[in-house]
Amino acid sequence: MRLTDTEQAMLDGREGKARQKAMDLLVRYGEALGAERFVDTTNVAGVPAYYSPVLLDYYKVTADDAYDVIYSRFDLDSDEVVEVPQMIVNSCGLQGGVDAEGWKTLGKSYEALRMSERSEAASAARGARILKTCTPYLAGNVPKQGEHCAWMESSAVVYCNSVLGARTNTEGRESTSAAMLTGKIPDWGFHRDEFRFATHHVQVEVDVESVMDWGMLGYFIGAAVGERLPVVTGRFSRPDLIRHKHFGAAAASSGGVEMYHLEGVTPEAPTLQQALGGKPAVAGIPYGKAEQRRTYDELNARASDPNVDFVMLGCPHAALEQLREIAGLLDGRRISENCRLWVFTSRAIKAEADASGYTAAIRAAGGAVLTDTCSSIAQAVPPGTKVAALDSAKQTHYLPAIMGIQAWFGTTADCIDAALTGRWNGRRP
Amino acid sequence: MIVAAHPAVITLRGRRVVGGYAEGEALVTRDTISGWGGINPMTGTVIETRHELRGQTFKDKILVFPGAKGSSGWSAAFHVTRITGTAPKAMVFNEMTTKIALGAVVMRIPSVTDLDRDPLEVIETGDWVTVDGDRGIVEIRRR
Repeated sequence: MRLTDTEQAMLDGREGKARQKAMDLLVRYGEALGAERFVDTTNVAGVPAYYSPVLLDYYKVTADDAYDVIYSRFDLDSDEVVEVPQMIVNSCGLQGGVDAEGWKTLGKSYEALRMSERSEAASAARGARILKTCTPYLAGNVPKQGEHCAWMESSAVVYCNSVLGARTNTEGRESTSAAMLTGKIPDWGFHRDEFRFATHHVQVEVDVESVMDWGMLGYFIGAAVGERLPVVTGRFSRPDLIRHKHFGAAAASSGGVEMYHLEGVTPEAPTLQQALGGKPAVAGIPYGKAEQRRTYDELNARASDPNVDFVMLGCPHAALEQLREIAGLLDGRRISENCRLWVFTSRAIKAEADASGYTAAIRAAGGAVLTDTCSSIAQAVPPGTKVAALDSAKQTHYLPAIMGIQAWFGTTADCIDAALTGRWNGRRP
Repeated sequence: MIVAAHPAVITLRGRRVVGGYAEGEALVTRDTISGWGGINPMTGTVIETRHELRGQTFKDKILVFPGAKGSSGWSAAFHVTRITGTAPKAMVFNEMTTKIALGAVVMRIPSVTDLDRDPLEVIETGDWVTVDGDRGIVEIRRR
């Protein structure tokens, strides 16, 4: 890699040991990618020095003295422990594994809470914003078009590239922690114009309107294009933020989609030709009724028992409109005594939901509004859970594998119906 | 008739991702692998529903696969396999992504991509494979 004088100075240690170790990792990473230089990033989202029992045990530290050790040895992949200085660019912390308020509901120990709080406080002291969400773009961190970002969280990455027109690869914990200290990230992939053109064309031949429709379309596309970049044309109505969120999250779970174009909708796809970057049109992948049904069946292949004992919503973290919808669907009724309802969102959105009365409405129905995490990340479901109901294709992809439970996939209304009745009555489209 | 010096050895040439040398038994899959949520890093086992390697361990194997997919926790999950001693010995893969590049770097295992033949066509599970990360060379011996 070719380094600027500033970058070389960091690598030589003239900006301190920590920035040196961070640059060393970034150079190794850039070379592995085949990158030739860095870009300056002004927006980093990661999980700096996130503590876990396995890391504390391995490095023989406690939550009180772990920050420099874990940041150095794990995040920066350094054999030497260095003192972690201030972060020099806009940096935020994404979701973790425990809710600071609802940790008991999640079945987490006080020790787990304390680990999370100590790590978070140490990051905050170095300038990180503690957003604690997989949807930073809903919690006050909205990158500008063309801004070079270094984001983790595949659902946020795909939103950042596709909907906002900002530029980020799917970064990892180590590269984001290094970027927080240096403001550098390899100039590769989605930072470069030529990487942002579509490679696959998906032709939608069935009406795609509801959030569930968009989730299924995303899940189909991820499986169809893998890590490549789709442009989607055809019969869809202009999606709102929530539909983009569920579509992108699904495509990034069944495949590795980090950016998509929707013809006439997303900022870099005014036309099909522009999305393709002037390359000749590629053969279209049809998505019709048959593909939609097959996707629904695939998502629902993870369940057979219609007795639902857990409903989890808020993947990716619920927007305020979704909390409103859930409160409205509950409509003053109590959920079944055989079922639990957990709704996950960010602290920022929960503050709004509190003010709007949605949190109180969901609680009055017997549900819980939780923040900072989700069932998959926290590896937490209510005790004895056998069968979950979910409205997120992404969560349906992950949760059964992680927790060894069954999971139904459907609309938010299907899920609330299951919470109220304890039975799955979702219908195939 | 010309007989190759080592008829049983197949050599693939590619690009260094991470240097170093390793040899071991190949574990080959045509499915991409998720890190976080797709593997259990405590045991080095694939857990993804309906993955063709579900329940199998990649510990001490030469992992031959199309590439990484899924969560941005890919590098961290595989990084933990280094700590728990369940990491593969080396990686040979087709599709370069940030996930796999960073994962290879922090696992500190020899890794090679951009090979002159598709490793998924050439290598079979159980083959003895040597990976010279620095030179980007992969040698395969049928068992």
